[in-house]
Amino acid sequence: MDLTFVVQGLLNGLLFGGVYSLMAVGLTLIFGVMRVINFAHGDMMIWGMYLAWLLATRLGVDPYLGFVACAAVLFVFGFLVQRSLVDRIVDAPHEMQILLMLGVALVLENVALSIFGPDPRRVRSPLALSTVWLGPVFVDVARLVTFGVAVGLTLALYLFLTRTDVGKTVRAAADNGYGALVVGIDVRRVYAVAFGVGAACVGAAGALVAPILPFSPSAGLTASVSSFNIVIIGGMGSLVGAFVGGLLVAVAESLGAVFFSPSLKELVSFSLMILILLFRPTGLFGRRG
Amino acid sequence: MTALHRGLLGAALAILVALPAVLGSRALSVFVFIFFYAYLGQAWNLVSGYGGQLSAGHAAFVGVGAYTTTMLAMHAGVSPWLGMFAGAALAALLGAVVGFLGFRFGLRGFYFVLLTVAAAEVCRIVALNTDAVGGAVGLYIPFTGNAWQLQFQDNRGYYYVALALMLLATGVVALVERSRLGAYLMAIREDEDAAEALGVDTLRYKLVALVLSAFLTGLGGAFYANYLFSLQPNAVFGIPLSVDIILRPVVGGSGTLMGPILGSFILSPLAELSRTYFARAGLVGTHLVAYGLLLIAVVLFLPRGAYPPLARALGLGRPR
Repeated sequence: MDLTFVVQGLLNGLLFGGVYSLMAVGLTLIFGVMRVINFAHGDMMIWGMYLAWLLATRLGVDPYLGFVACAAVLFVFGFLVQRSLVDRIVDAPHEMQILLMLGVALVLENVALSIFGPDPRRVRSPLALSTVWLGPVFVDVARLVTFGVAVGLTLALYLFLTRTDVGKTVRAAADNGYGALVVGIDVRRVYAVAFGVGAACVGAAGALVAPILPFSPSAGLTASVSSFNIVIIGGMGSLVGAFVGGLLVAVAESLGAVFFSPSLKELVSFSLMILILLFRPTGLFGRRG
Repeated sequence: MTALHRGLLGAALAILVALPAVLGSRALSVFVFIFFYAYLGQAWNLVSGYGGQLSAGHAAFVGVGAYTTTMLAMHAGVSPWLGMFAGAALAALLGAVVGFLGFRFGLRGFYFVLLTVAAAEVCRIVALNTDAVGGAVGLYIPFTGNAWQLQFQDNRGYYYVALALMLLATGVVALVERSRLGAYLMAIREDEDAAEALGVDTLRYKLVALVLSAFLTGLGGAFYANYLFSLQPNAVFGIPLSVDIILRPVVGGSGTLMGPILGSFILSPLAELSRTYFARAGLVGTHLVAYGLLLIAVVLFLPRGAYPPLARALGLGRPR
């Protein structure tokens, strides 16, 4: 096999990894703070995609600007879902939370299906037309910008959690919800903020991936499952794990597509997950317990 | 259970046995779906309702059972009545692998749920990419109408097979409920740490429940194939089928013997009606929106399902 293909695959994978990281960071944040698995994660992402599509086709907003609006809408949505639904059963057995989020996922996916139909759509961005050649390999400018923005957002989230007061209350609530309550943190509000931020992450990821890949409502489930995979590989609840895991899985899938067949690339990430579960069940960066 | 309740149950059963004599084919097909989903729900109930280990990927076991039975029938001429046991055994093996990965090292709940989803997805992708099992086109089962091929000329045959399946699974769950295994499973569901501290081999009993549940679900796959006559990876391994399987016991009351049956009697006719109604109106996906809303409503307002309050009203059973 030509080495150029391998390098190209590696590069494409790495650039796509930014989106994976952003998705997984959103999921792991929600899980880390509330111990709730957001089964509607991928379906929130497709709403980010369709919002970007609406903005681009109706108002002519480029998705690379529109993602901010998508993230904002998803933040409000996530905040409201937490306040009106998840908050009522945050102490219930976890299977109840999963069933609840499964219900939300079904509603989100099928409302999108009813409105937009099953045909794949794509958002056009002028950036998607240009490529840059680096010797024998090329870089898609759209992918490069997507990667840059996604990594930038992940970094911004990291700074938000470590440097700001609100971010510190989120981490406090994640470490010990009861302790946070005792020192006067409004934990319910923190939960809603964390859910909103997690949803905003995946909404932005959706908007950023919209100019690169065609999408349809049924993509939500695949995106959810990919996010679960990445989070298990990186370690559930670990932000660094989600970031590194996203890049790792994207590169592995891309190389899998080069060496095997593009339709089998998802099997590569599943195999990776099974290996992790066999040899390091808490994930690459996970803590025990 | 008093003599009166026993009598009522017997009467209900007699009515179900006699129904095909009076009902038309269309009405019977609704009952076939009621029984079949009650059967699948009962199998799910074993590991997820009693054992508290939520599976969101039971479609994997249906699919493995259905594909195995169909491949054996098409290529080796094995009757589905026998092939279904091979399918069920393979499904049980898959259950053992998933359980081993998910339950080891004291990994709890979350991992298992995600693993079951992943298992179904892996099966779906493998089936989509394997030409020997028809790839994305799937398999079409030729209609013979021969009872030895698990196929019947009219719905009455399917009606009785589905009814028998439902009664079989309910019998198995009733036995488990009264057995030591059932007591261990419920202890694990209520408090896994406490159960372990008391010496319950939690890994072992969770595995046993999952393997048994997968076996029964795989058995149902043979019925699925020969009732619908086609197998597509996206349908038979897809999350929507897994959700369909979960929904009925949850609505009826998971972890109760009657919950899956009650849930299926409530939901399956509704699903059939809304599917045909919305499809006629050209609204794709609308019945799944309704499913989603129903799931949310049940979790919020009736977290134990419909059976416990109903049982209380009838003066049945012990409160849990």
